[in-house]
Amino acid sequence: MIPGRLPSSPGQLIDRSRPLAFTFDGRRHEGYAGDTITSALLAAGVRVLSRSFKYHRPRGTLSAAGHDANSFVQIGDEPNVAADSRLVEDGMVVEAQNVFGSLDNDRARLLGHFGRFLPVGFYYKTFYRPKGAWKVWEPVVRRLAGLGTVNPSTPHGYYDKQYLWADVVVVGGGPAGMAAALEAAAVSRAIEVLLVEENPQLGGSLTYARFDAEGERAARERKSLVAAVEGCDNIRVLAGAVANGWFTDHFIPVIQGNRMFKVRAGSVVVATGSWEQPLVFRNNDLPGVMYGSAVQRLINRYGVRPGGRAVIATANADGYATALDLIGAGVDIAAVAELGPHVPRHDLAAAVSDHGVPIMPRSTVVEAEAGPWKDTIEAARIAEITGPGTTAARHEVHDCDTIVTSVGWQPAANLVWHAGGRTPYNETTSMLEIGKMPEGMHAAGSVAGCFRIDTVIEEGRRAGWLAARDAGFNGTAMPVVRNDRGETGQNHPWPMFEHPKGRDFVDFDEDLQVHDLKDAVSEGYTHIELMKRFSTCGMGPSQGRHSWLNAIRLNARENGISVNEAGMTTQRPPYTAEKLGVLAGRSFEPERLTAMHWRHVEAGARMMQAGAWYRPEHYGGDDRDAVIEAESRHVREKVGLIDVSTLGGLEIRGPDAADMMERMYTWAYRKQLVGRARYTLMTDMTGVITDDGVACRLHENHYYVTATTSGVDGVYREMLFWNAQWRLRVDITNVTGAWCGVNIAGPRSRAVLTRLTDEKLDAGSFPYMAVRRANVAGIPCRLLRVGFVGELGYEIHCPAHSGEALWDALMEAGREHNIRPFGVECQRLLRLEKGHIIVSQDTDGLTNPLEADMDWALAKKRPFFIGKRSIDIQRHNVQRKLVGFEIESRVGDGSIPRECHLVIRDGDITGRVTSCSYSPTLDKVIGLAYVAPDQAEPGSTFQVRINSGDVNGRRVRITPDTYVACRVVPLPFYDPENARQEPGNAGP
Amino acid sequence: MKIMPCPLNGPRNISEFACGGEVEHLPPPDCDHAAWIDYVYLENNTAGIVREWWYHTPTAYWFVAERDTRTDEILRTWPAGEFLAEFGEGR
Repeated sequence: MIPGRLPSSPGQLIDRSRPLAFTFDGRRHEGYAGDTITSALLAAGVRVLSRSFKYHRPRGTLSAAGHDANSFVQIGDEPNVAADSRLVEDGMVVEAQNVFGSLDNDRARLLGHFGRFLPVGFYYKTFYRPKGAWKVWEPVVRRLAGLGTVNPSTPHGYYDKQYLWADVVVVGGGPAGMAAALEAAAVSRAIEVLLVEENPQLGGSLTYARFDAEGERAARERKSLVAAVEGCDNIRVLAGAVANGWFTDHFIPVIQGNRMFKVRAGSVVVATGSWEQPLVFRNNDLPGVMYGSAVQRLINRYGVRPGGRAVIATANADGYATALDLIGAGVDIAAVAELGPHVPRHDLAAAVSDHGVPIMPRSTVVEAEAGPWKDTIEAARIAEITGPGTTAARHEVHDCDTIVTSVGWQPAANLVWHAGGRTPYNETTSMLEIGKMPEGMHAAGSVAGCFRIDTVIEEGRRAGWLAARDAGFNGTAMPVVRNDRGETGQNHPWPMFEHPKGRDFVDFDEDLQVHDLKDAVSEGYTHIELMKRFSTCGMGPSQGRHSWLNAIRLNARENGISVNEAGMTTQRPPYTAEKLGVLAGRSFEPERLTAMHWRHVEAGARMMQAGAWYRPEHYGGDDRDAVIEAESRHVREKVGLIDVSTLGGLEIRGPDAADMMERMYTWAYRKQLVGRARYTLMTDMTGVITDDGVACRLHENHYYVTATTSGVDGVYREMLFWNAQWRLRVDITNVTGAWCGVNIAGPRSRAVLTRLTDEKLDAGSFPYMAVRRANVAGIPCRLLRVGFVGELGYEIHCPAHSGEALWDALMEAGREHNIRPFGVECQRLLRLEKGHIIVSQDTDGLTNPLEADMDWALAKKRPFFIGKRSIDIQRHNVQRKLVGFEIESRVGDGSIPRECHLVIRDGDITGRVTSCSYSPTLDKVIGLAYVAPDQAEPGSTFQVRINSGDVNGRRVRITPDTYVACRVVPLPFYDPENARQEPGNAGP
Repeated sequence: MKIMPCPLNGPRNISEFACGGEVEHLPPPDCDHAAWIDYVYLENNTAGIVREWWYHTPTAYWFVAERDTRTDEILRTWPAGEFLAEFGEGR
């Protein structure tokens, strides 16, 4: 009899009034709303869900809970979907993974016959000789051993994140978790409890397990607990959500669909249950070998008959409970192999016996006999157990199509492990037990080793109360745990029966058999961490959930040590695989726009990013170089306007303002006149240049200092840091966003500005480096006469809200002078012609002012500024110099040096180019470069390597090195007498 | 994510803060080279209780926290002024 659908009964999660259809591996199947892909396929008689990782063996559901890779399928662009837990949707197209051809006829399954050529650690041993062989084999192996298929052009879907706070977070909505949430919620009306459940519905084991022979208890408890939780207004339930890790101070990412909740909890109850563990025997991976809990899930949640005739191997009461569920579902039970020495005396075993099922104590399944296509079970071989892992030679053969195993559990204690808790192995019960718990965390239910339903609920209540207390709430008495835990020893101590012919799988994800792990130890990978990495046991998608308890036992036995001495490998977040999309979220990127941004866009500017800011690179035109050249000529000959709003701005005010300036900056500011601007250079404690700008003294006690766009936040932070210690009487404010500014530059700039202000702008009234407060076009502004680009010019700073009006007024006033906006690239060229450095382009993380030839900006007599001592020490050991250069001749194809091209002398690097450009004003290629000190004198020559290979797509073509000869010239390149500041004197 | 108890803003996620390193006294200007180099380049990397400068970035606020580097436990925090009043000013 094939599997099929059972009659409707209460507690089932499927809605039979809503049938739906989907395809799997190209074939159409039907199911009901509420079905998982696995349950719908099983009801349709489809058991093979995937092919295994290494040997391409057919695999079916093992846990029916998505705990392993057996049920992984592909849905569209989404690989590695657990068919066990993904609900089926109408029209869904489900594909099998890791299959060549079709699932039924996977050509690669022949690999199963060549298993001895794929020994443990095979990828460390094979394919590496001769040299280069891996390059040939790698694509083949990757194709064979892959999981799903990743489509790199999949569009980024919608994912987001949300913060949540809760006093008590309860992870796990089974009986223990619901009891904990209810008790915590009862402590105070003010407490906020968050209950996180992985499944779409609350209930946990109550939705499938059986706690009594009559099979009524679970449904009754579920009904009352769920009703109580739903009726409690200070419990918020997140169902279908995974608490995927624990981070310091109870920070728990909870993933629900496409959203990650970043939950901060006052305290945590871990009620995450446990994972059933496999019995290891030959062919224990055949489709149809399932855990008892899998069978119970299929029957009780989805109304699926999981097989026709079953053999059960059990070491605990769960096997008998499962037997009763199977009998109820009309499945014949051929035999129960009881791994313990006696037939147990509990009600469940008695009820099974009453149905006439033979129970064979001290027995186990040692082999599943496969059908002709190696993807079905025909019979189970049962033998008497003679010792740990050994059996008698005589086998009883029982025909069956299903083998059900219930031999033990492992706590799903990931959150406990993440938080630093320990789970030592109890040699008496053969179980991992919760040991020392982290502060503010409590465990209850089967994760804490408790399986008896009354006690689970009582211990859950106590855990909830303790968590409420840890979150700072009290008001009720601590609940008492009256019942004992019942039978202990749910785990068989050695559920592994190695077969001489192998195929006795310990790890299904990685296709690892008993002898693979023994071989790993005998080859010297004795430590548990080494064995894991060499064999890859526990490194597959299920992360050891079903493999590692047995692996540790094997390791301990092979090493002749105890399980606790073998120890456990470290568990880290995440608990389950999480999508990169969830981590990425909505990918917010901060963008800052200046007050004049839209004027640039309207003028056809090509915008570029400068940190978070957008700045005009140049205005219009496809021929970038030609546009930049035209803009630069315009500034040199007429007048140009550039938005400099992104410059940082700091206000330093107070009686100690001058003192603050002289401590933070390298030059002198105490004697700076009010109404004057002065260059500023900042170094760090090691003497390295960190920023520059201009300081405007607006009042005896008030400096307005500019800083670089990307540097201002660091400068501000540094000033506050030092003044937190110095306690000078100054107030320091970052006003970068409050002010905006433009630079109007060129011989006609004064004529344009004169039209908009009453301020006297003539050379005598407003000399170079003067600062004024003045109205421009009726807007209150700060006017700075500075010369960054090397022409007569004014920086005009105004409150940000007036920026667009200022821009418009200047463009209008400049119309008759043919004013033209210019972009950042043009400004870079103009300042290069003038020999001005850009901090972080022409300086790096090691540049001191001596290397940059800025000794003039260093205060000599003052005993202190940040970095002074370090600069003085380095004065005697300058290792490189920043110089200006011209190229002597162009190479054949006209290439010029670019930023970071190396200065090479006799095969050694002596420096590098930091800026280089063709100067239309000078009709020369000019640049700045670091060179060795003995190459720095004007007239010296040096070689820059501009080419040592070509990258064309993915191909690299090595070409002979190409050098350009350069000659050091004095700075600035342009207007060394600074005559352009008064063009009337020098003539344009 | 760890929580930092900020003396100005209360408990906040550690991602809002930047560490400014251990509290150290600036050596006097006439100190020898070795003392200066020690101050500039060498970190103590204390395994134990340290006092560090911390900066709450959104509010631009520097303060001092006492932390056990072995357990990453934050034991105490001070506003800068209170710390300096208690332990003397650096310069």
